[in-house]
Amino acid sequence: MDLRRDVFQAIADPTRRAILTLVAVQAMTPGAIAEQFDSSRQTISKHIQILTECELLTQEQNGREIYYHFNPQKMKAIADFIEPFRTMWDDRFNKLESIMKKYKTKK
Amino acid sequence: MERKTKVNAEEGKQYLTITREFGLPIELLFKAYEDPDIVAQWMGTKVIKLENKQHGSWQFETSDAKGNVVFAAHGTIHEFIPGQKIIRTFEMLNAGFDVQLEFIDFEKLTADTSKLTIYTVYKTPQLRDEMLKLPFAYGINMAHDRLQAVQSQFIR
Repeated sequence: MDLRRDVFQAIADPTRRAILTLVAVQAMTPGAIAEQFDSSRQTISKHIQILTECELLTQEQNGREIYYHFNPQKMKAIADFIEPFRTMWDDRFNKLESIMKKYKTKK
Repeated sequence: MERKTKVNAEEGKQYLTITREFGLPIELLFKAYEDPDIVAQWMGTKVIKLENKQHGSWQFETSDAKGNVVFAAHGTIHEFIPGQKIIRTFEMLNAGFDVQLEFIDFEKLTADTSKLTIYTVYKTPQLRDEMLKLPFAYGINMAHDRLQAVQSQFIR
Protein backbone atom coordinates (compact mmCIF):
# COMPACT_ATOMS: atom_id res chain seq x y z
CA MET A 1 0.00 0.00 0.00
CA ASP A 2 2.68 2.46 1.01
CA LEU A 3 4.70 1.78 -2.09
CA ARG A 4 1.68 2.33 -4.28
CA ARG A 5 0.87 5.60 -2.60
CA ASP A 6 4.43 6.71 -3.20
CA VAL A 7 4.06 5.96 -6.88
CA PHE A 8 1.01 8.20 -6.97
CA GLN A 9 2.84 10.98 -5.18
CA ALA A 10 5.79 10.56 -7.49
CA ILE A 11 3.74 11.10 -10.62
CA ALA A 12 1.73 13.97 -9.10
CA ASP A 13 4.69 16.30 -9.75
CA PRO A 14 4.93 17.82 -13.27
CA THR A 15 8.75 17.81 -13.35
CA ARG A 16 8.84 14.15 -12.42
CA ARG A 17 6.30 13.37 -15.12
CA ALA A 18 8.49 15.25 -17.61
CA ILE A 19 11.50 13.20 -16.50
CA LEU A 20 9.53 9.98 -17.02
CA THR A 21 8.50 11.12 -20.50
CA LEU A 22 12.14 11.80 -21.42
CA VAL A 23 13.51 8.57 -20.04
CA ALA A 24 10.68 6.53 -21.56
CA VAL A 25 12.06 7.43 -25.00
CA GLN A 26 15.65 6.47 -24.17
CA ALA A 27 17.82 5.64 -21.16
CA MET A 28 19.63 8.76 -19.94
CA THR A 29 22.39 9.80 -17.54
CA PRO A 30 21.45 12.15 -14.67
CA GLY A 31 23.48 14.90 -16.34
CA ALA A 32 21.63 14.54 -19.63
CA ILE A 33 18.29 14.62 -17.81
CA ALA A 34 19.25 17.74 -15.81
CA GLU A 35 20.26 19.56 -19.02
CA GLN A 36 16.64 19.41 -20.18
CA PHE A 37 15.42 21.47 -17.23
CA ASP A 38 15.94 24.98 -15.89
CA SER A 39 15.95 23.70 -12.31
CA SER A 40 19.24 23.11 -10.50
CA ARG A 41 20.97 19.81 -10.92
CA GLN A 42 20.36 19.05 -7.24
CA THR A 43 16.62 19.54 -7.66
CA ILE A 44 16.53 17.21 -10.65
CA SER A 45 18.69 14.74 -8.79
CA LYS A 46 16.16 14.72 -5.94
CA HIS A 47 13.32 14.06 -8.41
CA ILE A 48 15.30 11.19 -9.97
CA GLN A 49 15.89 9.78 -6.50
CA ILE A 50 12.15 9.79 -5.71
CA LEU A 51 11.34 8.14 -9.05
CA THR A 52 14.01 5.50 -8.43
CA GLU A 53 12.81 4.82 -4.87
CA CYS A 54 9.34 3.97 -6.08
CA GLU A 55 10.83 1.93 -8.95
CA LEU A 56 9.48 4.04 -11.79
CA LEU A 57 13.11 4.41 -12.85
CA THR A 58 15.81 1.74 -12.69
CA GLN A 59 19.57 2.34 -12.69
CA GLU A 60 22.10 0.69 -14.93
CA GLN A 61 25.85 1.14 -14.46
CA ASN A 62 27.60 1.52 -17.82
CA GLY A 63 31.33 2.12 -17.29
CA ARG A 64 31.62 5.28 -15.21
CA GLU A 65 28.15 6.47 -16.12
CA ILE A 66 24.81 5.62 -14.55
CA TYR A 67 21.91 5.35 -16.97
CA TYR A 68 18.29 5.62 -15.91
CA HIS A 69 15.68 3.42 -17.54
CA PHE A 70 11.93 3.72 -17.44
CA ASN A 71 10.14 0.83 -15.73
CA PRO A 72 6.85 0.16 -17.56
CA GLN A 73 5.77 -2.51 -15.05
CA LYS A 74 5.46 0.15 -12.41
CA MET A 75 3.31 2.32 -14.62
CA LYS A 76 1.11 -0.71 -15.07
CA ALA A 77 0.80 -0.86 -11.27
CA ILE A 78 -0.67 2.65 -11.42
CA ALA A 79 -3.16 1.56 -14.06
CA ASP A 80 -4.07 -1.46 -11.92
CA PHE A 81 -4.74 0.90 -9.08
CA ILE A 82 -7.65 2.41 -10.96
CA GLU A 83 -8.98 -1.03 -11.85
CA PRO A 84 -10.99 -1.65 -8.62
CA PHE A 85 -12.62 1.78 -9.03
CA ARG A 86 -13.45 0.97 -12.65
CA THR A 87 -14.79 -2.46 -11.67
CA MET A 88 -17.01 -0.87 -9.02
CA TRP A 89 -18.64 1.36 -11.65
CA ASP A 90 -18.76 -1.44 -14.19
CA ASP A 91 -20.65 -3.60 -11.66
CA ARG A 92 -23.06 -0.76 -10.91
CA PHE A 93 -23.70 -0.06 -14.57
CA ASN A 94 -24.15 -3.76 -15.40
CA LYS A 95 -26.77 -3.82 -12.69
CA LEU A 96 -28.38 -0.64 -14.01
CA GLU A 97 -28.53 -2.18 -17.48
CA SER A 98 -30.09 -5.44 -16.36
CA ILE A 99 -32.64 -3.66 -14.15
CA MET A 100 -33.71 -1.39 -17.00
CA LYS A 101 -33.92 -4.27 -19.49
CA LYS A 102 -36.37 -6.00 -17.17
CA TYR A 103 -38.17 -2.70 -16.67
CA LYS A 104 -38.57 -2.42 -20.42
CA THR A 105 -40.10 -5.87 -20.80
CA LYS A 106 -42.40 -5.32 -17.84
CA LYS A 107 -43.98 -2.29 -19.44
CA MET B 1 -20.41 -6.83 -27.84
CA GLU B 2 -18.25 -4.79 -25.53
CA ARG B 3 -19.93 -2.38 -23.18
CA LYS B 4 -17.12 -1.90 -20.76
CA THR B 5 -16.98 0.99 -18.40
CA LYS B 6 -13.94 3.17 -19.00
CA VAL B 7 -12.25 5.38 -16.45
CA ASN B 8 -9.87 8.04 -17.64
CA ALA B 9 -7.85 9.60 -14.82
CA GLU B 10 -4.86 11.54 -16.08
CA GLU B 11 -1.95 11.63 -13.69
CA GLY B 12 -1.70 14.67 -11.48
CA LYS B 13 -5.09 16.07 -12.51
CA GLN B 14 -8.03 16.79 -10.21
CA TYR B 15 -10.67 15.38 -12.51
CA LEU B 16 -11.64 12.09 -14.05
CA THR B 17 -14.04 10.81 -16.67
CA ILE B 18 -16.17 7.68 -16.54
CA THR B 19 -17.81 6.54 -19.79
CA ARG B 20 -20.11 3.67 -20.54
CA GLU B 21 -22.31 2.60 -23.42
CA PHE B 22 -25.59 0.90 -22.61
CA GLY B 23 -27.84 -1.39 -24.61
CA LEU B 24 -30.73 0.80 -23.52
CA PRO B 25 -32.72 3.58 -25.15
CA ILE B 26 -31.72 6.92 -23.70
CA GLU B 27 -35.12 7.31 -21.97
CA LEU B 28 -34.48 4.16 -19.91
CA LEU B 29 -30.92 5.15 -19.10
CA PHE B 30 -32.11 8.52 -17.86
CA LYS B 31 -34.93 6.93 -15.89
CA ALA B 32 -32.35 4.85 -14.01
CA TYR B 33 -30.94 8.15 -12.74
CA GLU B 34 -34.30 9.80 -12.18
CA ASP B 35 -36.39 7.19 -10.37
CA PRO B 36 -35.40 6.92 -6.66
CA ASP B 37 -36.41 3.24 -6.43
CA ILE B 38 -34.29 2.30 -9.43
CA VAL B 39 -31.32 4.41 -8.23
CA ALA B 40 -31.52 2.57 -4.91
CA GLN B 41 -31.33 -0.78 -6.70
CA TRP B 42 -28.27 -0.24 -8.85
CA MET B 43 -26.38 2.02 -6.45
CA GLY B 44 -27.05 -0.40 -3.61
CA THR B 45 -28.02 2.39 -1.24
CA LYS B 46 -31.16 3.81 0.33
CA VAL B 47 -32.38 6.98 -1.39
CA ILE B 48 -33.58 9.31 1.35
CA LYS B 49 -34.21 12.24 -0.94
CA LEU B 50 -33.90 12.89 -4.68
CA GLU B 51 -35.31 16.18 -5.90
CA ASN B 52 -34.81 16.13 -9.65
CA LYS B 53 -34.86 19.83 -10.36
CA GLN B 54 -32.62 22.84 -10.44
CA HIS B 55 -31.68 23.77 -6.87
CA GLY B 56 -33.05 20.46 -5.63
CA SER B 57 -31.06 18.25 -3.29
CA TRP B 58 -30.41 14.56 -2.83
CA GLN B 59 -29.38 12.27 -0.01
CA PHE B 60 -28.27 8.61 0.04
CA GLU B 61 -27.67 6.41 3.04
CA THR B 62 -26.55 2.80 3.41
CA SER B 63 -26.90 0.84 6.62
CA ASP B 64 -25.48 -2.53 7.56
CA ALA B 65 -27.61 -5.42 8.80
CA LYS B 66 -27.51 -4.01 12.34
CA GLY B 67 -28.81 -0.64 11.22
CA ASN B 68 -25.50 1.23 11.54
CA VAL B 69 -25.03 3.82 8.82
CA VAL B 70 -21.95 2.77 6.84
CA PHE B 71 -22.26 5.24 3.98
CA ALA B 72 -23.97 8.59 3.76
CA ALA B 73 -23.72 11.08 0.92
CA HIS B 74 -25.56 14.20 -0.13
CA GLY B 75 -25.47 17.03 -2.62
CA THR B 76 -27.44 19.58 -4.56
CA ILE B 77 -28.64 19.51 -8.13
CA HIS B 78 -27.46 22.42 -10.20
CA GLU B 79 -29.06 21.46 -13.47
CA PHE B 80 -31.53 18.76 -14.47
CA ILE B 81 -32.44 18.38 -18.14
CA PRO B 82 -34.33 15.10 -18.80
CA GLY B 83 -32.63 12.90 -21.39
CA GLN B 84 -29.64 15.22 -21.57
CA LYS B 85 -27.76 16.08 -18.42
CA ILE B 86 -27.54 16.36 -14.69
CA ILE B 87 -25.06 18.62 -12.95
CA ARG B 88 -24.77 17.99 -9.22
CA THR B 89 -22.47 18.07 -6.25
CA PHE B 90 -21.56 14.94 -4.31
CA GLU B 91 -20.15 14.73 -0.82
CA MET B 92 -19.67 11.76 1.45
CA LEU B 93 -20.40 12.57 5.06
CA ASN B 94 -17.68 12.10 7.68
CA ALA B 95 -15.22 10.87 5.09
CA GLY B 96 -12.91 13.89 4.83
CA PHE B 97 -13.05 13.99 1.04
CA ASP B 98 -14.66 17.37 0.55
CA VAL B 99 -17.26 18.01 -2.10
CA GLN B 100 -16.94 17.01 -5.76
CA LEU B 101 -18.72 18.36 -8.82
CA GLU B 102 -20.31 15.93 -11.28
CA PHE B 103 -21.35 16.58 -14.88
CA ILE B 104 -23.47 13.64 -16.00
CA ASP B 105 -24.16 13.62 -19.74
CA PHE B 106 -26.65 11.34 -21.49
CA GLU B 107 -26.24 10.78 -25.19
CA LYS B 108 -28.43 8.90 -27.65
CA LEU B 109 -26.43 6.59 -29.94
CA THR B 110 -29.16 4.60 -31.71
CA ALA B 111 -32.80 3.89 -30.88
CA ASP B 112 -31.68 1.14 -28.51
CA THR B 113 -28.27 2.28 -27.33
CA SER B 114 -27.04 5.23 -25.34
CA LYS B 115 -23.90 6.59 -23.76
CA LEU B 116 -23.23 7.97 -20.31
CA THR B 117 -20.32 10.30 -19.56
CA ILE B 118 -19.56 11.39 -16.01
CA TYR B 119 -16.98 14.12 -15.62
CA THR B 120 -16.06 14.59 -11.96
CA VAL B 121 -13.98 17.45 -10.56
CA TYR B 122 -12.32 17.09 -7.16
CA LYS B 123 -10.84 19.79 -4.95
CA THR B 124 -7.25 18.58 -5.45
CA PRO B 125 -5.43 15.85 -7.42
CA GLN B 126 -4.59 14.22 -4.09
CA LEU B 127 -8.26 13.96 -3.11
CA ARG B 128 -9.06 12.47 -6.49
CA ASP B 129 -6.41 9.82 -6.04
CA GLU B 130 -7.62 9.04 -2.52
CA MET B 131 -11.12 8.64 -3.92
CA LEU B 132 -9.82 6.34 -6.65
CA LYS B 133 -8.15 4.22 -3.99
CA LEU B 134 -11.29 3.79 -1.90
CA PRO B 135 -12.64 0.75 -3.76
CA PHE B 136 -9.16 -0.71 -3.69
CA ALA B 137 -8.94 -0.36 0.08
CA TYR B 138 -12.47 -1.45 0.83
CA GLY B 139 -12.83 -3.64 -2.24
CA ILE B 140 -13.48 -6.91 -0.52
CA ASN B 141 -15.97 -5.49 1.98
CA MET B 142 -17.86 -3.55 -0.62
CA ALA B 143 -18.04 -6.47 -3.01
CA HIS B 144 -19.46 -8.59 -0.23
CA ASP B 145 -22.04 -5.98 0.78
CA ARG B 146 -23.04 -5.39 -2.83
CA LEU B 147 -23.47 -9.09 -3.43
CA GLN B 148 -25.76 -9.34 -0.43
CA ALA B 149 -27.69 -6.29 -1.55
CA VAL B 150 -28.20 -7.71 -5.03
CA GLN B 151 -29.27 -11.06 -3.66
CA SER B 152 -31.81 -9.52 -1.32
CA GLN B 153 -33.28 -7.59 -4.24
CA PHE B 154 -33.72 -10.68 -6.34
CA ILE B 155 -35.20 -12.69 -3.48
CA ARG B 156 -37.77 -10.01 -2.81
